Amino acid sequence: MAITHPLMGLLMENIILEMRGITKTFPGVKALDSVNLKVRAGEIHALVGENGAGKSTLMKVLSGVYPHGSYEGDILFNDQKMAFSGISDSEENGIIIIHQELALVPLLSIAENLFLGNENVENGVINWPKTFSRTQELLAKVGLKESASTLLGQLGVGKQQLVEIAKALAKDVKLLILDEPTSALQENDSAKLLDLLLEFKEQGISSILITHKLNEISRVADSITVIRDGASVSTLDCHAQSISEEDIIRDMVGRDIANRYPSRETKLGETLMQVREWNVWHPETVERQIIHDIEFNVHAGEVVGIAGLMGSGRTELAMSLFGQSYGKNIRGKVTLRGEDADVSTVPKAIANGLAYVTEDRKELGLILEESILTNTTLANLERVSSHGVIDENMERQVSEDYRRALNVRTPSVFQKVMNLSGGNQQKVVLSKWLYSKPDVLILDEPTRGIDVGAKFEIYSIINQLADDGKGVVMISSEMPELLGMCDRIYVMNEGRLVGELDKADASQEKIMSMIVKA
Amino acid sequence: MSTTKEAMTEVQPAPSVANYLKSHMRDYGMLIALVVIMAMFQFLTEGTLMRPVNLTNLFLQNSYIIIMAIGMLLVIVAGHIDLSVGSVAGFIGALAAVMSVNYDLPTIVVVPVCLVVGLIIGGLQGYWIAYWRIPAFIVTLAGMLVFRGLTLALLAGQSVGPFPKSFQLLSTGFIPDVFGVGRPNVTAMVLGVLAALAIAFLAARSRSRALKYGIQDEPFSFFIVKNALIASAIIYLTYLLGTYRGLPNVLMIMAVLVAFYTFVTNSTTIGRRIYALGGNEKAAKLSGINTEKLTFLTFANMGMLAAAAGLIFAARLNTATPKAGFGFELDVIAAVFIGGASMTGGVGKVIGAVVGAFIMGVMNNGMSILGIGIDWQQVIKGLVLLLAVIFDVYNKQKAR
Repeated sequence: MAITHPLMGLLMENIILEMRGITKTFPGVKALDSVNLKVRAGEIHALVGENGAGKSTLMKVLSGVYPHGSYEGDILFNDQKMAFSGISDSEENGIIIIHQELALVPLLSIAENLFLGNENVENGVINWPKTFSRTQELLAKVGLKESASTLLGQLGVGKQQLVEIAKALAKDVKLLILDEPTSALQENDSAKLLDLLLEFKEQGISSILITHKLNEISRVADSITVIRDGASVSTLDCHAQSISEEDIIRDMVGRDIANRYPSRETKLGETLMQVREWNVWHPETVERQIIHDIEFNVHAGEVVGIAGLMGSGRTELAMSLFGQSYGKNIRGKVTLRGEDADVSTVPKAIANGLAYVTEDRKELGLILEESILTNTTLANLERVSSHGVIDENMERQVSEDYRRALNVRTPSVFQKVMNLSGGNQQKVVLSKWLYSKPDVLILDEPTRGIDVGAKFEIYSIINQLADDGKGVVMISSEMPELLGMCDRIYVMNEGRLVGELDKADASQEKIMSMIVKA
Repeated sequence: MSTTKEAMTEVQPAPSVANYLKSHMRDYGMLIALVVIMAMFQFLTEGTLMRPVNLTNLFLQNSYIIIMAIGMLLVIVAGHIDLSVGSVAGFIGALAAVMSVNYDLPTIVVVPVCLVVGLIIGGLQGYWIAYWRIPAFIVTLAGMLVFRGLTLALLAGQSVGPFPKSFQLLSTGFIPDVFGVGRPNVTAMVLGVLAALAIAFLAARSRSRALKYGIQDEPFSFFIVKNALIASAIIYLTYLLGTYRGLPNVLMIMAVLVAFYTFVTNSTTIGRRIYALGGNEKAAKLSGINTEKLTFLTFANMGMLAAAAGLIFAARLNTATPKAGFGFELDVIAAVFIGGASMTGGVGKVIGAVVGAFIMGVMNNGMSILGIGIDWQQVIKGLVLLLAVIFDVYNKQKAR
């Protein structure tokens, strides 16, 4: 692997940003260890690395969240040494960061959001006509046709992301940093966003793109810097050499992942779960039907996928099945192990052997302030207690067992889960549901926002579950993942099942065409 | 899933006392503050604070706040608030007075009836909060007004008293000296030594367990000094109380409640689930926890403890007045927050709430002895609450 391209020296004149030997230590941890990053003017520079590798820390150093003096090393922007003391400093210089969690106010209009903290004022009074006309200009630039007075909350996530970018444009951006901008977007919205970056490139705006999605990198990136364990491992020039996804992955994890999906020999058993004529209506607008006559089944030892675009009703289906956690007027029949099962409340669903790993682990899956131990036993406290009194030793033993079995990387089970990385948090959620001893697990986006190495581990756990004779229902927006993991794939669109594919004849094209033609 | 013993005992670096204390400042900060405040007033009042008679008074004066603070802790951990506790305590005091004085009912009937009425009041408020999702702030604000008014109506605007002797014993009684010495009260001292031994024993047992699992980071010297200090503090306090009239009944009620609720919060499924509910209600619900029922129970429990506090307060004054319980809720809520509970729920300890209540109590008592007016007392108490919460937030940020 060529660490630097031999011609790099000749291309140097066009460097807009250079971070040199950045070292940042937190009490007891060296988060960054002399990291180097060079971004050329007018390029899209991808920054990749596992979760916890130090990408976000590096960007926080760059944007002044960690002020000058709290780290070692130099930041050169347009050949000048920078010493940012805060975000406003870096923004003044045209370095603007868009965080993964959008910083927008849903109850304010697009215009108000765009100029929040940067209002068009004359003598302390906001000039609304100017604000609105500038908003329309900026919205046009990002390809949004919404009115400036539309409330932000009425937009979908994809459009909100575009508003966030328009907000950056309002500040005369020179270097745009995007932290996993497409993690919450569907394919077509992601594509739109990436096109926009390419357009900016034409206009001379450089961007740093932090992402886990390798296909995006190969599509737009001019160069790639890989960070691993707080150090920059390599910088790859996409135009000087041909780079395969496997190359990047190898640099990210420091090892070859021969196969991104661990193989498994399927041994189908009895039908574990059967859902018939499942209908669900919207919890607030009661006349809107969300799920229409869905029928599906899962066998023991089988991994069944549910494909579909965001908003196709996959999560709603799963949550309505799991103790009617979503929806109203739910009708339909669930049989588990051949017998009619009452899954009308969460405790009943759990008692009947159902488990649901939520899509949003921070909001719905974990008690962040609590320890791994507390989270592990939460759904099955009875098992570690007698007469309502918790057996501390047994609880510790159990959570310790799961911690080791699922390889949660932490010194002790008393660690608060909010201090864990995304992958480790997901393993804690899985521990919780494994300990509830289910027959059927519904996994909703089980690998969202976690890095390649941890994904492989999650896949291995899923395979282990199937080998143990459990039924797994896997909901995912990443089609390669479904194709790599599932024995059978159901395709959903607008609350209906529009197809079913066996592993042998499933492909991305077939799934997409089922969705489009439905 | 197999278990290997070797991996259980991971090597821990030898922890130093200073580092340990630094990282656990949140746990010990308020306890240290209490000791400092007591030492300061002991000095300023030239020893009056710790005189047996004053110490006895200190416990009697603060007992009802502490009892309500225990219930409030659970409410706040669950992510709610209860503004009605002062009014409910006042109402129950009035109810007890009417039953005992106007209807001559025996204490043995009055006390349980009042506790059940408190439980029902708490349950009623909890019902709206838990099952109808009406904000606790609103429901209990309404409750505060309603029971303030009902107290006035029940007492017809007048004070009712005095209570029969048996009822007064609730507050004014002392544990008799079984050894017959009388003064000093040997029973008090024996109970004190027993309590100290029990606490030391429990601490040693949990430490040895923790060591077995290799998860102990508390330095041994720190452990010894801490428990020696706690034990000697308990023995010294009971000795001081013993040289006066012994252990007040109220102190025993308090001790039992504190021990019971510490156990509930630390070691029972219901306690664990309340923390989970306050920490992340949606996640708790999706983990099969009946969050509505838990919320309901927390408020019902609060109602019962408010009733207990109301009885003790009425017995102490030996009369029920229309103004009884006025503003108690503020002292109770302040005590819980001083004790380290989080406004957003999910965090807080029973013992913290008790320490918080004592900080408020010692300051009230000390400042009164010094002759500081009620005006400045309020100002100082307000600032202490603010400082305590700032200290807590500061430590939390540092820990990140």
